[in-house]
Amino acid sequence: MKVSLFITCLSDAFYPRVGEAMVRLLARYGVHLEFPRVQTCCGQPAYNSGYWDEARATARTILDAFDDSDFVVCPSGSCTYMIHHYPDLFKDDPAYLKKAEQLQSKAFEFTQFLVQVLGVTDLGASFPYKVTYHPSCHGSRLLGVKDEPMELLKHVRGLQFKPLPFANDCCGFGGTFAVKMADISGAMVSEKVDHIKESEAEVLVGLDMACLMNIAGNLRYRNEPVRVMHLAELLYEGVKEA
Amino acid sequence: MSAARGQASSVKERADLALNDEFLRKAVKFTTERLRSGKIQAAEQHGNWDDWRERGRQIRLHTIAHLDYYLNEFTNNARANGVHVHFAQTGAEAVQISLQIAQSKSAKSVVKSKSMVSEELHLNHALEGVGIEAIETDLGEYIIQLAGETPSHIIIPAIHKNRYQIADLLSKEAGEELAPDTTILAGFVRKKLREKFLEADIGMTGCNFAIAETGSMVLFENEGNARMVTTVPKTQITLMGMERIIPSWTDLEVMATLLPRSATGQKLTVYMSGITGPKRSADADGPEEMHIIIVDNGRSNQLGNPEFQELLNCIRCGACLNACPVYRHIGGHAYGGTYSGPIGAVLTPSLQSNVGEWDDIANASSLCGACYEACPVKIPLHDMLVFLRRRKVEAGYDNKMETIGMKGFAAVAGKSKRLITAIKLGQLGTKLVARDGGIRLKIGPLKGWNTYRVLPSLPSKSFRDQWDKLQQEVKQDTPAMDPAMKARMEAFQQKRQGGNGHG
Repeated sequence: MKVSLFITCLSDAFYPRVGEAMVRLLARYGVHLEFPRVQTCCGQPAYNSGYWDEARATARTILDAFDDSDFVVCPSGSCTYMIHHYPDLFKDDPAYLKKAEQLQSKAFEFTQFLVQVLGVTDLGASFPYKVTYHPSCHGSRLLGVKDEPMELLKHVRGLQFKPLPFANDCCGFGGTFAVKMADISGAMVSEKVDHIKESEAEVLVGLDMACLMNIAGNLRYRNEPVRVMHLAELLYEGVKEA
Repeated sequence: MSAARGQASSVKERADLALNDEFLRKAVKFTTERLRSGKIQAAEQHGNWDDWRERGRQIRLHTIAHLDYYLNEFTNNARANGVHVHFAQTGAEAVQISLQIAQSKSAKSVVKSKSMVSEELHLNHALEGVGIEAIETDLGEYIIQLAGETPSHIIIPAIHKNRYQIADLLSKEAGEELAPDTTILAGFVRKKLREKFLEADIGMTGCNFAIAETGSMVLFENEGNARMVTTVPKTQITLMGMERIIPSWTDLEVMATLLPRSATGQKLTVYMSGITGPKRSADADGPEEMHIIIVDNGRSNQLGNPEFQELLNCIRCGACLNACPVYRHIGGHAYGGTYSGPIGAVLTPSLQSNVGEWDDIANASSLCGACYEACPVKIPLHDMLVFLRRRKVEAGYDNKMETIGMKGFAAVAGKSKRLITAIKLGQLGTKLVARDGGIRLKIGPLKGWNTYRVLPSLPSKSFRDQWDKLQQEVKQDTPAMDPAMKARMEAFQQKRQGGNGHG
């Protein structure tokens, strides 16, 4: 069975450590991830800005890259959900429409794959810190990944979970929104960080590096010593420690 | 402040005014928080909320799909009840019909209960233009009218004002100092409006729902003013958006479950009035003459449009405004139209069909989907915002710099070799500007981001740079897969081949 890693352009360039954590964690269960090198970006920046021809150009690359995979695993709920828009993008292109529908049914966000497909909720990890969780909007609301990360966190030894006030509020990233509407986005991320401070957590964990980059950027700007991690990183560090 | 808002031409400029207005931001946050947590609680207490949302959605989908049929049924029944039914294709026509009725009654004053359609038509200005006094009787609308402003929320028009600001406004009107105490302030307005109700020649209302099977109109309200408006004056005019129809009273049960809970977290609205025609001989009160003006004003543009038709399903509860993290920070006036928040960001450009003029409102969203989640009839506003952005690009109103950027994006992200080159360039660039693993420059495209954040620098090796080594290392200690796990994966695959995708 061929299980492929869809690293996302952001994690490829900025957060290779997230990909490494995923590869090493899944290997413990006998899942040998493979990495199609032709993959690029899911096309969301263009799609969300209304440039659908440009989005199609990158979507085709992704569809070709994962054509012969049986499962595709991705460290971002948002990029995984973008694949759900592909059938719409290719509704007038029967060959790619078929590929799009197939990819949609075999693409999983990381925790979805771990919990739903592999049936793993306890990795035997230990992480003795105060941790809070930001549920990214596209992953939780649109893709429906709500229980999986909580299940995984619940089983981590020593982890003290700190609820995040207004956890479901958007962090203000929104792709090009953060640049086009910089001040509104800035107000949103500042409030998110206020809430993280209120939670008294030492570590913020999430499932989407774009949102986490946004939040970590504001934390750093304000010299707040909260560590920001993808859940895959936290779990990998936790199993190494255990 | 409102004058400055009028001059600000873009959503960004108007948002900046709001972001710098601490009073506004505090007031909007305070009330939206109260409303949305009330809504969440009410939905939980009620139970099966998503099933009810789906029921509501189905009723609205069905009605809008057969709108011609139900409008006809409603009109025939309303006319049989003795109501004068008028149709207005445009806002201007609706204004003209209203003025004609008012002038035929030689009306001097009109008392109004809350109506967003009336705001859409700017009817108060038109009435005043022909010397007819128009008085808003909903407390929030009354405050806004005194301030010379427009509503900044669909159901809480004065959400952007705190009680001290309201006390100042009302004190001016009273000619004496009123304490900033809500009971005192509401008491003053109540007394003042009682006189206005008694003097008025015409009562004017909006319409929450129109029941096709009996030709009735239904109003939801909390203050009792709409009941005064529809019982005291001799003539009643109801302004009704053409999509307000539902087929039957049975359907109203679903709407009455969804609307107050979604709007304010109330199980029941305080007053729910069903009005079926003018006063009958045995009735103690009610208008002698009743008019319903059914207004299109851009609504029918959405009919038959698969991407936007669901907009007509909206029941105007305001839940999307209360849930929206953007609205929370900028309030309603920043949207620049009659309707604000996520629904306004889609409705305004859709009703007006002038893509060029409203091209930037759709950008004031992070596409987080909180609006969709809050919507009692599940309108996919987050998708519609993207459709609007695409419509703008397709119509040639795109921002040329952005178009160049997006073409560049497609060229780079369409081919992995180019992406690799771009990452390499980024890594080189990073070395020049990064300090301590972060980039703090506030120039060019980095300005907006770095005003609130530090951008991380690119690590010297991307994931794909590390892949070969990582793969080698992992290969050595990957155990065989547990048979049970393998069986699970195969089951997933089989289910998929059977045509059932997940998610």
